[in-house]
Amino acid sequence: MAELDIKERQAGDVTVLDMDGKITIGEGSVALRSAIRRLLEEGKKKILLNLAGVGYIDSSGIGELVSSFTAINKEGGQLKLLKLTQKLQDLLAITKLLTVFDVYDEEPEALSSYK
Amino acid sequence: MRVRGVLHRRTIPVRLSEALCFEAQARRRRGAWKGHTYLVTEETTELELESRIESIADAAEVAAQVVRRLGLGDEAAFGVDMAVREAVTNAVLHGNRQDKTKKVDVSFRGSPEMLEITVRDRGTGFELENVPDPTDPQNLMKASGRGILFMRTFMDDVEYSRHPEGGTVVRMTKRK
Repeated sequence: MAELDIKERQAGDVTVLDMDGKITIGEGSVALRSAIRRLLEEGKKKILLNLAGVGYIDSSGIGELVSSFTAINKEGGQLKLLKLTQKLQDLLAITKLLTVFDVYDEEPEALSSYK
Repeated sequence: MRVRGVLHRRTIPVRLSEALCFEAQARRRRGAWKGHTYLVTEETTELELESRIESIADAAEVAAQVVRRLGLGDEAAFGVDMAVREAVTNAVLHGNRQDKTKKVDVSFRGSPEMLEITVRDRGTGFELENVPDPTDPQNLMKASGRGILFMRTFMDDVEYSRHPEGGTVVRMTKRK
């Protein structure tokens, strides 16, 4: 099994990526980067990352979330995060990134927040 | 990767697969192994790693074995795993710059009081005070630079020094 499994689905005009696995240096980070790059190429700019299945992330993975956020913003899009595990929430708090990302616990609430 | 284990001050060269078996035998601090009774008072595991990305997960795997043998809890185990991954990442990427001729040495020294981990690269070194604070608002959106913050967050002590024969050594301790 791949380190990070990413399944894409459409919810209205928002693209949801259901992620399962680890976002760590190497395979996991590259998989996230590739997925975001492909969505932007397809003109999909409203992206919601469902991180419920991501039990582990390292500093490289956090960096990849930041890079994704920046790349999507640059294209006039929005990246939001859904269902962070406690560990991931802690890591985003330590890095002071919780205030940067728009984070939701429930999908309907996340979807309705997109303009 | 070469792994060398020292159990109760006896040096035993082992391959990784054997190290896993060794771990299973040594999980209890006092027990029997090949008909001998042993008591783990202090143990050291040393790794010599290639400067490549895959080495990071390999080091974390061995760290997990050591942590289990020492009986550290889940929270400490998570912190050690994170710190080892970040330290080896820095050694492979920033220290040795993935130069295949340069090795990364990792050692785990467990005692009843603490776990001490050292990671040495063969790089040219860096000034710790020149490393930008990743939580400074002007650095928040940078893609890298959070590894040392994680190491400091999850370990009790983190110290950097220059190795007399070259390279940077980071020494991290987790008290039990």
